[in-house]
Amino acid sequence: MSKFIMTRRGLIKAGAVSGVALAAPMHFVRNAFAQDTSCNMPTGDTVTFGWNVPQTGPYADEGADELRAFQLAVKHLNGEGDGGMIQTMKPTALKGNGILGKKVAYVTGDTQTKSDAARDSAKRMVEKDGAIMISGGSSSGVAVAVQSLCQDMGIVFMAGLTHSNDTTGKDKKRYGFRHFFNAYQSGIALAPVLADEYGKDRKAYHLTADYTWGWTQEESIKNATEELGWSTVAAVRTPLGAGDFSQYITPVLNSGADVLILNHYGKDMVNSLTQAVQFGLRDKEVNGKKFEVVVPLFSELMAQGAGDAVKGILGTANWDWKLEDEATKAFTKSFGQEYGAPPSQAAHTCYVQALLYADACERAGTFFAPAVIEALEGFEFDGMGNGKTLYRAEDHQCFKTALVVRGKENPKDKYDLMEIVREVPREELTYDASIFGGDLGPSDAKQC
Amino acid sequence: MDAILLQILNGLDKGGAYALIALGLTLVFGTLGVVNFAHGALFMLGAFCAVTFNKVLSLESVVVDPTQTTAWGSPLEVRTPYVEAWLGDFGVFLHNYSVPASVIIAIPIMLAIGIAIERGLIQYFYKRPHADQILVTFGLAIVIQEVIKKFYGANPIPQAAPADFSGTAYVGTLLGMGDALPYPWWRLIYLLFSFVVIGGVMAFLQFTTYGMVVRAGMRDRETVGMLGIDIERRFTVVFGLAAVVAGIAGAMYTPILPPDYHMGMDFLVLSFVVVVVGGMGSLTGAVVAGFLLGILQSFASMNEIKSILPGIDQIIIYLVAVVVLLTMPRGLMGRKGVMED
Amino acid sequence: MMFANLSRNDWLLLVGFSVVVLAGPIILQPLGAAYPALMQKFCIYGIFALGFNILFGLTGYLSFGHAAFLGVGSYAAMWSFKLFTMNVIPAILFAMVFACLFALIIGYVSLRRSGIYFSILTLAFAQMSYNLAYSVLTPLTNGETGLQLSRQDPRVIDAMFGSPGPGLPRASLFGVDISGGGYPGFYLCAVALIVCFFFAMRIFRSPFGMMLRGIKSNQNRMRYTGFNTRPYLLSAFVISGLYAGLAGALMAATDPLVGAERMQWTASGEVVLMTILGGAGTLVGPILGAGVIKYFENIFSSFSDRTLHGFFSFLPESLQDPVVSFFSLFVGDGWNLTLGVVFMLIVIFLPGGIMEGLRRAWNLVNRKGDGGDAVPVGQTQPAE
Repeated sequence: MSKFIMTRRGLIKAGAVSGVALAAPMHFVRNAFAQDTSCNMPTGDTVTFGWNVPQTGPYADEGADELRAFQLAVKHLNGEGDGGMIQTMKPTALKGNGILGKKVAYVTGDTQTKSDAARDSAKRMVEKDGAIMISGGSSSGVAVAVQSLCQDMGIVFMAGLTHSNDTTGKDKKRYGFRHFFNAYQSGIALAPVLADEYGKDRKAYHLTADYTWGWTQEESIKNATEELGWSTVAAVRTPLGAGDFSQYITPVLNSGADVLILNHYGKDMVNSLTQAVQFGLRDKEVNGKKFEVVVPLFSELMAQGAGDAVKGILGTANWDWKLEDEATKAFTKSFGQEYGAPPSQAAHTCYVQALLYADACERAGTFFAPAVIEALEGFEFDGMGNGKTLYRAEDHQCFKTALVVRGKENPKDKYDLMEIVREVPREELTYDASIFGGDLGPSDAKQC
Repeated sequence: MDAILLQILNGLDKGGAYALIALGLTLVFGTLGVVNFAHGALFMLGAFCAVTFNKVLSLESVVVDPTQTTAWGSPLEVRTPYVEAWLGDFGVFLHNYSVPASVIIAIPIMLAIGIAIERGLIQYFYKRPHADQILVTFGLAIVIQEVIKKFYGANPIPQAAPADFSGTAYVGTLLGMGDALPYPWWRLIYLLFSFVVIGGVMAFLQFTTYGMVVRAGMRDRETVGMLGIDIERRFTVVFGLAAVVAGIAGAMYTPILPPDYHMGMDFLVLSFVVVVVGGMGSLTGAVVAGFLLGILQSFASMNEIKSILPGIDQIIIYLVAVVVLLTMPRGLMGRKGVMED
Repeated sequence: MMFANLSRNDWLLLVGFSVVVLAGPIILQPLGAAYPALMQKFCIYGIFALGFNILFGLTGYLSFGHAAFLGVGSYAAMWSFKLFTMNVIPAILFAMVFACLFALIIGYVSLRRSGIYFSILTLAFAQMSYNLAYSVLTPLTNGETGLQLSRQDPRVIDAMFGSPGPGLPRASLFGVDISGGGYPGFYLCAVALIVCFFFAMRIFRSPFGMMLRGIKSNQNRMRYTGFNTRPYLLSAFVISGLYAGLAGALMAATDPLVGAERMQWTASGEVVLMTILGGAGTLVGPILGAGVIKYFENIFSSFSDRTLHGFFSFLPESLQDPVVSFFSLFVGDGWNLTLGVVFMLIVIFLPGGIMEGLRRAWNLVNRKGDGGDAVPVGQTQPAE
């Protein structure tokens, strides 16, 4: 029995590969799969998406914001509300009447920011609720876990907030797509600004969350800054969720370093930053220079938790609601009117991912997963808040403008935390897809 | 040399916090024989007393300014805090000192919460197996946590230390060693605060008649009861006291660790380890264990040590717990027969 | 010989249990839980709790580090998938061997102490395993992102029988697909659960089981009569570690990605809660407890306001909104609150867990004369 499946899959795979290789027009590919169905293809008059976000645990607020964005996206896709970024997206096949004539419905799940729970919840949405696409999440561990599950089940996964290089590097999957930027891009974006602001002769001290995301970020930032002439005094690993980081901060005081780089995210970032500032690091002078603290990735919702400590701190972000382009304005307006607060970058990336998937289905003319994947691969679009953007086919990573931001000195309100220092253009952030290795795997359709 | 001294200071500072959190837990163990998994939640509630107090102080009058709009098109709201408007300079002062001032508010609140929990729930569990106590207090902790999340969200809420104490002290200068050992003021104050609270609780149990009866009850509850003393009632007060200690420890800790609804769970395991290493039901043991673990953790985190033993800072606490428990059957200062069944 | 000390009632219980488990897809349909992934989790956590109960329910030793054995089992199974073959049988054996060895070491050390000191020792070992697995041992565990299959894995045995297909291979039982998320995975877990249940029942009814109960009620007296209790305790500890290892292997087989947080103290705490919730010391209780907690985690967390509006659509419009907004506190992101409330209610009113409740209900139905309240509260006797 398994042998039979294998040959059948092999055939489909061969079909898909030759389809790509011959650069066959869409209709050829579509016809080739005409009788085929993939997992959970909708049969009624609705199509179901699965929003898998952290609803409990430390990232619950971020998850809630993602969920708000998804619900807004569903509204806009179904033609309710003001349409948000559907109005600004170029090119777009979306008509605001659902997708391929079917209304969008959704189910939700709680990832708890644990990979087991996230996979359970994703399976529930696929097996029980018939979800055809899964999106959301706010950590790389969860993203990689759910992505590989989706690859196995033949469900497209549109990753939410995940910043590790691995998501579209070592662990990339044919069925997984990431709109958010990554640690490597943070390094490239941040380094020149650091050199401008702090000079080229600096001694950096890294405190790094001791798990894969922390390591990749440390490496990326270290490489980027060392190329500028900075030296690295020490890179110290800290346990995840340490709470009190003081025992790691005290050695910084006498280390001779004049920049502290905090490769922490979320709650760890809030705590280590708050405590580093309490230790007077930012009032110090070392080597005749003012001591500086850098947080390469801001989670802006969490940054509210650091209060005044975040003022003047440099970091990077995928997007910010204060950008001036039409798309951002439109999105911020409809989100703000709906919920009374501006969207976070997590909300933005989730909203965009939902729209991109819907658009790909429209363009492919089917919900058949391999065809949708092909429509997304290499898709180039504009008007989603990050300028001209490319979904690169080789690793399913989006290439677009990223931001270097700084904690604002005099915020107007609690949402006005960041000011944009520089918009780093896409060309600078583009890298060779092969540097992280990994293998996308096949795009054969699966039944479930 | 400086580095070593700094690490010792840091260890003391951590140890003070650990001891303070463990104190109430071991008190409840020792007197009531109850495994209280909701102790972390009490610590968190104390922290949220500080948050709430600060919130009340920052209540603002809202005036809508139709001439200005937000980015999403609704009119801008202009806010001015009531307290500053009414009380002037004293209001500003109070706002500045909201964290230490909140301790005064936290004491009656936490006492009331503690007594309510003991009377309403814990008293029915004295004779039940520890497993039942764990389940019910764990359930209680989740409920408390979720209620706080409902009102305050899941993100940490920053609390500022008073401006006068938010900077760094040069401990070396204070000790006449020149311009050395910079350490945050607020952490030094927390260390001092933990000494005062620990000393206060111990003095209360050691030198007052009330405390003497409680200690007698810890040893032999039945005999004390037979003497005609309402030991139940004293135990209620002890639980309230434990809640107060946990609560004010939490309130004062907020400038160091921005509180969120989950912080109680984060401290739960740690406080249990401290209590058990110290010996069940021993107050002195908990304090000694707190400082011991604090200092060892601080040293294990130094680069020099981590480079020889990678990951040692991740496990040092548990390693110490294993070594202590294997060499000393009842922890550092535990009494025979407590919680061994 | 093997079946000598099982009574007729025991056989009835075993058959009834098997029927209920195998008919899960039908029975769970009205509850909305009849999909393979959740039913697999019911069985796997059922096995985990069943094993935990052999230690805790019989001897009273409360281990707070059992998730470590589950984690070790999962990692071992995963390495078997990566190095040797995708067949689940070697993976399960591999996992059980490693979990057994690990339990032997930890048990040998931890059982030198009793009471809460034992609990903290097991907790300490488990937390050390978790912390190291998450960080320093990443080459072995792949840390945060979890250990996964890769097409580059050697899989020496599979390689001998042919070249791999285009995608990632799936765990299988001689050609039957286990990890694809279908019913075969569930039935594998269900059969494993029934076998485990049978062995647990054997242990409960055996002289060995009586010995363990003796240790629970009075260890000193056991010692005075000349028994060396330590070997019995260690055996119980290792057996429950084996159960955890098997559960871990099945988790890896049905869902081949192993994350370190499976070993965190919260995971250990979860199995404690499952066992107490269901009824410690009873045979069926821990499995029920596991089912209830997993059900809340997966189903209650997925309800949204819209689902509730659907439920209460029979109410008049004016009543519907307040009712829905009240209940929405307990579902969706409030499922933790429901869990907390359920813990408290059950332990306050039903000291023996769910099984106690069932027994009371049974007595109520079968009340003959005044024999209704004959079962003393808090008794931890096996249910039948």
